[in-house]
Amino acid sequence: MTNAPTEAINIARRQPYPGAPDNWKRFFTFSTDHKVIGIQYIVTSFIFFLIGGLLSMIMRGELVTPEANLVDRTIYNALFTMHGSIMLFLWTFPVLVGLGNYLVPLMIGARDMAFPRLNAVSFWMIPIVGILMLASFLVPGGPSQSGWWAYPPVSLQNPTGNLINGQVLWILAVAISGVSSIMGGVNFVTTIFKMRAPGMTWFRTPAFVWSVLAAQLIQLYGLPALTAGAVMLLLDLTVGTSFFAPERGGNPILYQHFFWFYSHPAVYVMVLPVFGIFSEVFPVYARKPLFGYRVVAVSSVMITGISALVWVHHMYASGTPGWMRILFMFTTLLVAVPTGVKVFAWVATVWGGKLRLNTAMLFALGGLVNFVFSGITGVMLGSVPIDIHVNNTYFVVGHFHYVIYGAIVFGIYAGLYHWFPKMTGRMYYEGLGKVHFALTLAGTWLCFLPMHFSGLMGMPRRVSSYDPEFALWNVLASLGGFLLGMSTLPFILNMVSSWIQGEKAPNNPWKAIGLEWLTTSPPPVENFEEIPTVISPPYGYGKDEPLIANQAEVVPADGVTT
Amino acid sequence: MTTESSIAQSTEAQIREEQAHEAAENSKFGFIVFLLSETVIFLSFFAGYIIYKTTLPDWYPPGVTGLDTKDPQFNTIILVSSSFVIYVAERYLHDKKLWGFRFFLLATMAMGGYFLYGQAVEWSNLSFGFTSGIFGGLFYLLTGFHGLHVFTGILLQTIMLGRSFIPSNYDSGYFGVEATSLFWHFVDVIWIILYVLIYVWQ
Repeated sequence: MTNAPTEAINIARRQPYPGAPDNWKRFFTFSTDHKVIGIQYIVTSFIFFLIGGLLSMIMRGELVTPEANLVDRTIYNALFTMHGSIMLFLWTFPVLVGLGNYLVPLMIGARDMAFPRLNAVSFWMIPIVGILMLASFLVPGGPSQSGWWAYPPVSLQNPTGNLINGQVLWILAVAISGVSSIMGGVNFVTTIFKMRAPGMTWFRTPAFVWSVLAAQLIQLYGLPALTAGAVMLLLDLTVGTSFFAPERGGNPILYQHFFWFYSHPAVYVMVLPVFGIFSEVFPVYARKPLFGYRVVAVSSVMITGISALVWVHHMYASGTPGWMRILFMFTTLLVAVPTGVKVFAWVATVWGGKLRLNTAMLFALGGLVNFVFSGITGVMLGSVPIDIHVNNTYFVVGHFHYVIYGAIVFGIYAGLYHWFPKMTGRMYYEGLGKVHFALTLAGTWLCFLPMHFSGLMGMPRRVSSYDPEFALWNVLASLGGFLLGMSTLPFILNMVSSWIQGEKAPNNPWKAIGLEWLTTSPPPVENFEEIPTVISPPYGYGKDEPLIANQAEVVPADGVTT
Repeated sequence: MTTESSIAQSTEAQIREEQAHEAAENSKFGFIVFLLSETVIFLSFFAGYIIYKTTLPDWYPPGVTGLDTKDPQFNTIILVSSSFVIYVAERYLHDKKLWGFRFFLLATMAMGGYFLYGQAVEWSNLSFGFTSGIFGGLFYLLTGFHGLHVFTGILLQTIMLGRSFIPSNYDSGYFGVEATSLFWHFVDVIWIILYVLIYVWQ
């Protein structure tokens, strides 16, 4: 694109505009600005994070004593089902889509996503998913009790006999969330392939963008398989077909294949953007280029490929034949290679750097440690001889909470703190951030580490009462759970008060290198005055080479400069 | 009009055209990505069909020995040839011959409509239903889900036909028609696989 044309368009753009960055009402409209939609995603999903957390604290309250005395068993079943479903479909997925939405166009030097209206439609489906999911508390018989994976035949039982029951609402909610994710996936992939700024070749594209691309490719090939399984499950439940109903000649194991073909790669949908956040945050606060940037970028796509071939490791104990177990054990352990490459690259990036321990960096470092821990237990669970023994115990629960809370939520927090000044134009309070980090780290270890011990001792998951010999570990985990609940308070206080009256943020408060830091904080509606022309790879810390050719023209004239 | 403002106007028109072109390119790319993703739903159903068919001892419901292929064969020929008809329609639009475009698009719609009609007749004559065992369920699920796509395709074609009557609607590009045509080819290819799985492999 030449210089003259964009200027002409910009004159038209600088008009007073309902989506202008100082108009808070824009968050309650059908805005097509990717930055507004990104924040809409983040805030909405955080509300569901709190709801899901509340459910988990009721469960931890129940588990303080070995007897089932706080809530009824059926309610306990509904609680863990809703906790898992809300945390995955309404918090982790959408919050990362939100971060991606906000950052990807800025990082690749585009004015918006490829399909802005489609983007807004994808977002507005999320509240509908949430309402459907929560509405299942109000229907007779209560919410689904079959866990977030909804295995038949449990999910095919319909004790109330109503057509509209908790399980049907659950399937509908997941289906709508799937449609939203597919639309989001199409949007991200098109944006990243077609809309990178001039000069931004693949190996000048930030690692975060690579990881979002890798994650969204998984959505595109994986989600349809779950959709197929969900359609068949819905038909079994409502029309009376017999696909998965064993008493009518169906095959319930096939559902497990459909489900895990998507839902294991779904873990990578969640963790890949977090890998991207780590890759962005470590170089900034260590003042060093990302070690092995190209390898880190390509390893994301390798994970996308391998993750399509690992799903049976969730089904070692489902009567799976021996050759299949061996095969999938091999592929599962193979995923550890590209992830291990990333871990080594981050450690090498941080090694010998001039570290600044800001809240974002603390969360990224904490997340890295937690990820290594969960990766080790993951390799343990990936090997058949161990998995057969700890299958369906608290060891599994401890493992995946270390992944999802320890690594993913830590990474999300790191990202939120890191880009908070860019998103809001205000600085957050460092002290409150560090309190938040300390509470979250302590809570994570106190809550999820004891689960490994009770799991190895044989405590099954998804039970409301247990043998008294597990009591100590459960009391500790419950204390950690309540601590995690409390840890969100300083975060909320920090975000709300900083956004309202925090110190004004400069364009580039962390002295970071990246296109998003070149424009104003918060960026104008059109992101850049002129589309940047990229002339060097990212993460050029300590190299003293300019990132783009037209630095002076990119920053909006009326914006604050550093 | 001064020279300066006329230059500004022509540049702006040029930019708008460029942007419209870029947007159409993006839409085409996005639509192909979407279709690839949609393919996986069908592939999953097909995988399910193959697994059930190769593992279940009693495949057909009691009293059913197989499917009659005579009418479905004719139906298949109609649907597959309609893919060529819509291609001809697209060529006419490319050459800006609107009436040819309308004629051949209408022919495509008629062929798609005939396919759906033929399928409805076949369904009404079958002795098994949706809940007659795994085969009944899969048969209606696969043909029904595909039929839904045929119906969507005809709906899209109707919209494209209607848009051809808006003056100069297709002058600067016709992404909608290209997408509709691509969708129609996709529906055809899926049907060929489906036909082989259900009718040929008995």
